[in-house]
Amino acid sequence: MDVNELRKLFPILSIKSAGRDIVYLDNAATSQRPVQVSDKILEINNFCNANIHRAVHSLASAATGQYEAARKAVAEFIGAGAEREIVFTSGTTASVNLVAFCFGEKFVGNGDEIIVPEAEHHSNLVPWQMLCERKGAILRVLKVLDNGELDLDGLERLISDRTRLIAAAHVSNVLGIVNPVGEIIRIAHSRGVPVLIDGAQGIVHEKVDVQALDCDFYAFSGHKMFASTGTGVLYGKKRWLDSLPPFMGGGEMIGSVSFSGTTYADAPYKFEAGTQNISGVPTFVPAISMTKLCREDASLSQNLVNIRDFVLETLLQDDRIRLFGVPRETSAKIPLFSFAVNGAHHEDLALILDKMGIAVRSGQMCAEPLMDRFGVTGMLRASFAAYNTMEEAEYFIKSLDRAIKMLI
Amino acid sequence: MTLQEKKAAVIEDFSMYDEWLDKYEYLIELGKNLEPFPDEKKTDDRLIKGCQSRVWLDVREDKGKLYFSADSDAVITKGIISLLVSVYSGESAEEIAEDDFAFLESIGLRENLSPTRAGGLVSMVDTIRTLAKNGR
Repeated sequence: MDVNELRKLFPILSIKSAGRDIVYLDNAATSQRPVQVSDKILEINNFCNANIHRAVHSLASAATGQYEAARKAVAEFIGAGAEREIVFTSGTTASVNLVAFCFGEKFVGNGDEIIVPEAEHHSNLVPWQMLCERKGAILRVLKVLDNGELDLDGLERLISDRTRLIAAAHVSNVLGIVNPVGEIIRIAHSRGVPVLIDGAQGIVHEKVDVQALDCDFYAFSGHKMFASTGTGVLYGKKRWLDSLPPFMGGGEMIGSVSFSGTTYADAPYKFEAGTQNISGVPTFVPAISMTKLCREDASLSQNLVNIRDFVLETLLQDDRIRLFGVPRETSAKIPLFSFAVNGAHHEDLALILDKMGIAVRSGQMCAEPLMDRFGVTGMLRASFAAYNTMEEAEYFIKSLDRAIKMLI
Repeated sequence: MTLQEKKAAVIEDFSMYDEWLDKYEYLIELGKNLEPFPDEKKTDDRLIKGCQSRVWLDVREDKGKLYFSADSDAVITKGIISLLVSVYSGESAEEIAEDDFAFLESIGLRENLSPTRAGGLVSMVDTIRTLAKNGR
């Protein structure tokens, strides 16, 4: 499929910014939605809305069918062993918090240790800090090398007999490097330590097979991979999900309730308290189709590789620019570029680019420790999706040059 | 110039620019008018919270009038705070505390900046108001 054909499925790409079609390069924050996803939300709201899993009437059963079809689609998409290993949440943050709370309650005590890499998004950092504070546990930090790769050699040394869990991003939202998560999991498992993978960025760009990967938990959001906002997934191996206590109490997570004692439903339902995102979760079905199309279509995937190579090379050649996250193998880089410009503030650059019709992210990107690691107050980030064109990439590079010249 | 006259002059200056990039160029120039802000005054208690870039604001009182000084590590923000400093320096605490700061909307500053950024502007205005009310 040609990228311009794909763009027609995303109506928002033709809205105007600064008098031209918007150049949306903040895809790592959230992707845009194709019409198939918006249509699904409308379909549920207009024709299929009832609370799921509860009533016996046929509308409820249709709504439940849509919801559970999404669970099946997600399970297949990531190669889970069973549908009941898929828990729906509101997003990656909620998924990580669920594990930090439930796993923490059961398996983490005073003096135990959790390991996180230095490059983590706050969402895969703060929940673990909170857990450590609650339990008197210790957070150990896996260092990031100057080129943005993880110090894998340091991991062996970091693991002790008190390590209870390692939580690491599949792909850093700042560095755009695909981490060697298979290797991390292998090392961790050889020492009997389970691993949670934050797949918020990884799920978009990498084919994920949780069984081949052998991760214990894999967390991701729907909204970064074309699905409705407010949707997320926690994959957990069955034996883990079965062994964890529930997270929130309330409707639909129970077995039976009485004042003498309440029992809980089996996983995944014991983690899905309260009314779920009935119109959002079913959008995983069209969103997964879209993600697969973008990844598997030869023309679309080649377009994104071309954009990555062009932007990477151009930024690396520009001595005004300090690019963070340059892996030894270019194939480990997703089309996401965070950088600082000598003598120009990231906020000024983002404001000027906005007036040229380009949406980029500026600031700390929810990764303050990583900003400290590289000695900057913030960065500018351009992140590309399958619907971005080479013309947009070239316009971004030209506009960036103009913006820098305005400032220095 | 009175406070009202200063604000009217700012509105007139900005009316010369149609394009936002030109307005930014002008703001960047305005930022260069700020008196040098010594590094030892760039302390956390002078930092305005809620801005993406770092903005420091200081105030002194002389014969019943307030005089502001400021700096920022981002040049557009520096231009904005420079604008506020030039308009409100030399006014009494009462007058500043009671001002509506509406001229910022007349020059399109508030509506044309992103929410985060408008948040930064709001923080700058709030800080100036608070300093005036506390009579520092």
